[in-house]
Amino acid sequence: MTRLAVSAPGEKMAAVQDGGSEPEGEKEPQPELPSDGSSAPAATPASKPEEQQQQQQQTLLAVLQFLKRNKLIESVDALRREAGLADEPDEAPGSEAGGGVGGAAAGSADSADASALLSRVAGAAQSGAASAPAKGGEDQPDVSVVLSAYSQQGDPSLYQVYYSGLKKFIESVLDCHRAELSQLFYPLFVHMYLELVYNNHESEAKAFFEKFSGDQECYYQDDLRVLSGLTKKEHMKGNETLLDFRTSKFVLRISRDSYQLLKRHLQERQNNQIWNIIQEHLYIDIFDGMPRSKSQIDSMSGSLAGEARREANKAKVFYGLLKEPEIEVPLDDEDEEAENEEGKPKKKKPKKDSMGSKSKKQDPNAPQQNRIPLPELKDSDKLDKIMYMKEATKRIRLGPETLPSICFYTFLNVYQGLTAVDFTDDSSLIAGGFADSTVRVWSVTPKKLRKVKSAADLSLIDKESDDVLERIMDEKTASESKILYGHSGPVYGVSFSPDRNYLLSSSEDGTVRLWSLQTFTCLVAYKGHNYPVWDTQFSPYGYYFVSGGHDRVARLWATDHYQPLRMFAGHLGDITCTRFHPNSNYVATGSADRTIRLWDVLNGHCVRVFTGHKGPIHSLAFSPNGKYLASGSTDGRVLLWDLGHGLMIGELKGHTDTVYALKFSRDGEILASGSMDNTVRLWDAFKAFDDVETDDFTAATGHIHLPDNSQELLLGTYLTKATPVIHLHFTRRNLLLAAGSYNSQ
Amino acid sequence: FKTVFLNVFLMMAEERRQKQCSVVLPTESMKAMAESVGVGQLQEDSCVALSEEVSYRIKEIAQDALKFMHHGKRRKLTTSDIDHALKLKNVEPLYGFQSQEFIPFRFASGGGRELHFYEEKEVDLSDIINTPLPRVPLDVSLKAHWLSIDGVQPSIPENPPPATKEQQKKESTEPLKAVKPGQEEEGSIQAKGQSATSAEVKGKEKLRMKPRSTHELSVEQQLYYKEITEACVGSCEAKRAEALQSIATDPGLYQMLPRFSTFISEGVRVNVVQNNLALLIYLMRMVKALMDNPTLYLEKYLHELLPAVVTCIVSKQLCLRPDVDNHWALRDFAARLMAQSCKTFSTTTNNIQSRITKTFTKAWLDDKTQWTTRYGCIAGLSELGADVIKTLIIPRLAVEGARIKAVMEGPVVSNIDKIGADHVQSLLLKHCASVVAKMRPAPDVMEQYRADFGYLGPMLCSHVVKARAQAALQAQTVNRTTLTITQPRPSLSVSQSGGVGGSGGPRTPSIIKVPSSLTLMSTRPATPTQPSPPATKYIVMATSAGAASTQQVITLSSSQSGSPVTSTVPSGSTSLQPLVKLESGGGTVAGSRPLQKYIVVSLPSSSSSSSSLEHKGGTTATSPVTIETSVKSERSESPATHTHSPH
Repeated sequence: MTRLAVSAPGEKMAAVQDGGSEPEGEKEPQPELPSDGSSAPAATPASKPEEQQQQQQQTLLAVLQFLKRNKLIESVDALRREAGLADEPDEAPGSEAGGGVGGAAAGSADSADASALLSRVAGAAQSGAASAPAKGGEDQPDVSVVLSAYSQQGDPSLYQVYYSGLKKFIESVLDCHRAELSQLFYPLFVHMYLELVYNNHESEAKAFFEKFSGDQECYYQDDLRVLSGLTKKEHMKGNETLLDFRTSKFVLRISRDSYQLLKRHLQERQNNQIWNIIQEHLYIDIFDGMPRSKSQIDSMSGSLAGEARREANKAKVFYGLLKEPEIEVPLDDEDEEAENEEGKPKKKKPKKDSMGSKSKKQDPNAPQQNRIPLPELKDSDKLDKIMYMKEATKRIRLGPETLPSICFYTFLNVYQGLTAVDFTDDSSLIAGGFADSTVRVWSVTPKKLRKVKSAADLSLIDKESDDVLERIMDEKTASESKILYGHSGPVYGVSFSPDRNYLLSSSEDGTVRLWSLQTFTCLVAYKGHNYPVWDTQFSPYGYYFVSGGHDRVARLWATDHYQPLRMFAGHLGDITCTRFHPNSNYVATGSADRTIRLWDVLNGHCVRVFTGHKGPIHSLAFSPNGKYLASGSTDGRVLLWDLGHGLMIGELKGHTDTVYALKFSRDGEILASGSMDNTVRLWDAFKAFDDVETDDFTAATGHIHLPDNSQELLLGTYLTKATPVIHLHFTRRNLLLAAGSYNSQ
Repeated sequence: FKTVFLNVFLMMAEERRQKQCSVVLPTESMKAMAESVGVGQLQEDSCVALSEEVSYRIKEIAQDALKFMHHGKRRKLTTSDIDHALKLKNVEPLYGFQSQEFIPFRFASGGGRELHFYEEKEVDLSDIINTPLPRVPLDVSLKAHWLSIDGVQPSIPENPPPATKEQQKKESTEPLKAVKPGQEEEGSIQAKGQSATSAEVKGKEKLRMKPRSTHELSVEQQLYYKEITEACVGSCEAKRAEALQSIATDPGLYQMLPRFSTFISEGVRVNVVQNNLALLIYLMRMVKALMDNPTLYLEKYLHELLPAVVTCIVSKQLCLRPDVDNHWALRDFAARLMAQSCKTFSTTTNNIQSRITKTFTKAWLDDKTQWTTRYGCIAGLSELGADVIKTLIIPRLAVEGARIKAVMEGPVVSNIDKIGADHVQSLLLKHCASVVAKMRPAPDVMEQYRADFGYLGPMLCSHVVKARAQAALQAQTVNRTTLTITQPRPSLSVSQSGGVGGSGGPRTPSIIKVPSSLTLMSTRPATPTQPSPPATKYIVMATSAGAASTQQVITLSSSQSGSPVTSTVPSGSTSLQPLVKLESGGGTVAGSRPLQKYIVVSLPSSSSSSSSLEHKGGTTATSPVTIETSVKSERSESPATHTHSPH
């Protein structure tokens, strides 16, 4: 969150001169006080300077809010500095996320550790020394302060008593409240354990852990495993998971009745220890109405920091599509004869349905056409658009009755080295990223890949000739595939530009590289992440691209800027996948903290936080109409989200291993998912979205009751021999292409 | 510090198995590691502190390494993942720690201690220099195939078989569950409330099931079926072999299984009446092929197949000229098939074995039963194993002997009866001898046998004596052999080149070459382990001091439960250069290029070694010998002939 603040007000997005970032800032989710107001379990974000002291113990979100309002200039300063650092990453190895890690591992002095941590916590990309002047000292959530929240001494031997006392209480309450109050177990458990560890009660901590770790929900197993390793105060420094837990309040959503039950109980028992933890480390989001059921809670929980606050998903999202530019489709001269009476009506129909947004009137949910400056259409783009429309007329209407054919591209002899795949939109090229640092591009059409001639040869060409584009290509270099060398680590993400002139690749070496598919050389290496970059993707309109990686920050870039235009910070774990919204105004990121966030490209705000996954998210896909998002994670489940309402609207169970690929058909009727379990599955997306009743109440509270209808929605399962599916792509005619590498073992 | 990492990663594996309680490395490990880097006396306290710190850091790194594994889209953690995780922490990666295998550690235990170690072989540089360069690994390539066409997965080699054996089994045993686990439950829940809707649900389910259970074959499948059945019963033996091979290996046959089973049962029905021995044999071979196919779940069709097989065992007449034609072989073959199906399919529910046994016994006990049927019954019973022979056949030997005697020595006898009795007699002797040998104590007295078994006694006695001798021979070799070999299915054949490079003098004499990973004593305890099913032959060649080279053929076959038969073949001449020819074992998948390891075992006549291979059986005078093993990896297109000149 801090990082968000630092980056968000940045006015320096060269391409975007929209001044709307200030008012947008006001929309940032504001935790509201519960109306009883007495105990203020939710920290009120301070809006006055004198409340700064309290802020130190509150979430960084609050600090940030404040900063954003009042210290904008300094934040901009910080951003500038950060940009400066990004230029010379070698000088500041400890910038970004590395501080804590590097410091601890290198075993440097304590102070260095602390400052490194500091930068980690602050999230601003500065070294500890640089950060101090950047912000007021009192604003700084110093690491000792953060940790010292644990210093309050309770009797360590009583912790077990406290916890089991609460457990007994919760087990004894009415059924309707029990499920809600049970949410408290996990965060309380973690904080109590950490308090014990912090205060050097090692054996008590161990006993506490062993006694109660079995009670926690199974989806917290991974976090518990990390926690179990942590037994010493020294370990707490530099442990990212821990710091995340500390710096961000765990969000619980509890009905008012249940909350008051809890409060009364704790006050009666004078159980200050637990009450303190609840007040300081938890954010309890109280709502009026019926308590939620166990299944409702389970469907939304599972993320590293609890559920999303309700306010976090209230901002307006313009999910509609942009108006397509008017292009005169030359009524196909040569195709006309071919498409006789049969072809004509067919051609009309899909045009209306699939390009509904193309109609003259503006979609009310669509963003302003110029909300984000988009690159001008070139002639070649227009030609491509025409090609696209022609293809679209031949598109097969998919549905439960007409399933797509699947063509599987198997990569052979890669020895487990295939890490990423992408297809061009017209399905003519395939790119593969490999663990041996190479990127390979194949042509899957008879048209071979050719390089442009060398400069000397180019000067000899008659530039006025009609076939100049043909003449500049060097026939001698024609081959079916080309290898791009440049990275120094496994390539984890590849993405073609929409015009097929460029290819992006992101790698373990911390860079994103832009390759020309004309010369098959590297054009730019975008440095800034410093840590492995797990994914990257081009905007559907080109020019912009997004990248995300181990440093937990997603960055928005423009191809002609070597520095990022936006930094999207807020995730508490690695950013594992990044996707552009079809209208290019939003970016979705999935993370190892088991949340999905939607970011506004215009101002860098986080406009949606989706929780509910129980494992790191490894695939995302927007529906073609921009209304929905599908996400797949390591637990094998695919979740469907409504962007407009900010709700989970579906759960597709069936895969038994990580879902690495998701794709909607061109009309959005079918969702295809590909997984590590060697299957491609097809789901009835139309029905999944149709079944959801979104009345006002569910929309307002977000308490969706999911129908368990995965089996009905599953239209087909296609098993490969031993090939995990890592990419899926629908051609313009709705043929499904899948790719993966054969795994002989 | 690096050594620490190195040594400790394996502990992580251990730790995984235990629950997520905080596991800490033992302090002894710390001490050992400290000593290995030259720190002598380490305080206990510092050991504890160190081990806790190291455990924590290692867990952190392992957790980071997992991220790299996930993003590498792999299921197995590699050493490079750990290198990358170290890099994240600004720690130098472990250079030079590359491993072909995923877990480079070997496990050993002894004296109540368990130990993991990193196997670093000493490599002889001259070997490396002299070996030809390995083939360059194939480049990445892209291959497209149809995973689905309009929603239907085509049965092509690139796709997995349409239904795995488990699925087929599930479908046949729990048809409702196999279709829709969710729906079925729903249906039953609703059934409690409203019977009308439940009927609807059931109806719907049936509708959904129907396309699965009808066996409409595609045009291709029909063609295939026609071709295969024609080839199987046709006149061309080569075609038949191909067809049977296809039935035995093709993964996509399960939809055609009902047709095949009907084809066989009808075929037997018709041909028994017509006494067409050849066709019956062909049909039985089809049954055998079907049973050999690992992807088929035959249980559903046993009711058709088993009667057909039983018919071929016990039918009164199977051929037109019972005196000339060898219908006995068919009975033997079918009996073996029956035994095999009893072994694989008999359960407490279907009781195949007991039902079959009953059928055979009943027919056999009947006095009026023909000799042919009698033979079939006995064959069928004796194939079922030693226990059956012991309890059912041996008690009746005397009675049966009397019957045979009546035929053989009696006055009026048809030729057919005589042949039948003769066959029954040899069959009984063959099967009973080994069982009797185990039942009775050693001294075999002819008179006693006569008293016990009547007419067959004396003959049985001599057979038993032979069987004992053979068993003793085997037992000896078992006890002597300490070579443990786990091995898929290699076969070796020996060819001797006529004096190639033949120098007369004493030379390092013997070479064993065995494809793929032959484990010599290293990881397993030194008990003879169960070798894999097909007989495996190893040839040990040795030159004794007198320069007379002999070859020992060790055959490991599963039927003898790990007792190798050693036979010694004296080689023709001293100047012959022993060459080992390697033949493809069939275990390799066509198209893939397996990494082959050849282990060369040479047996010089000198003694004293760490692991010894002793053979005292036969005539070879090979005293304790050294096994020199050197492992050479070669990438070869097929495990073709390789010669290795002795050094």
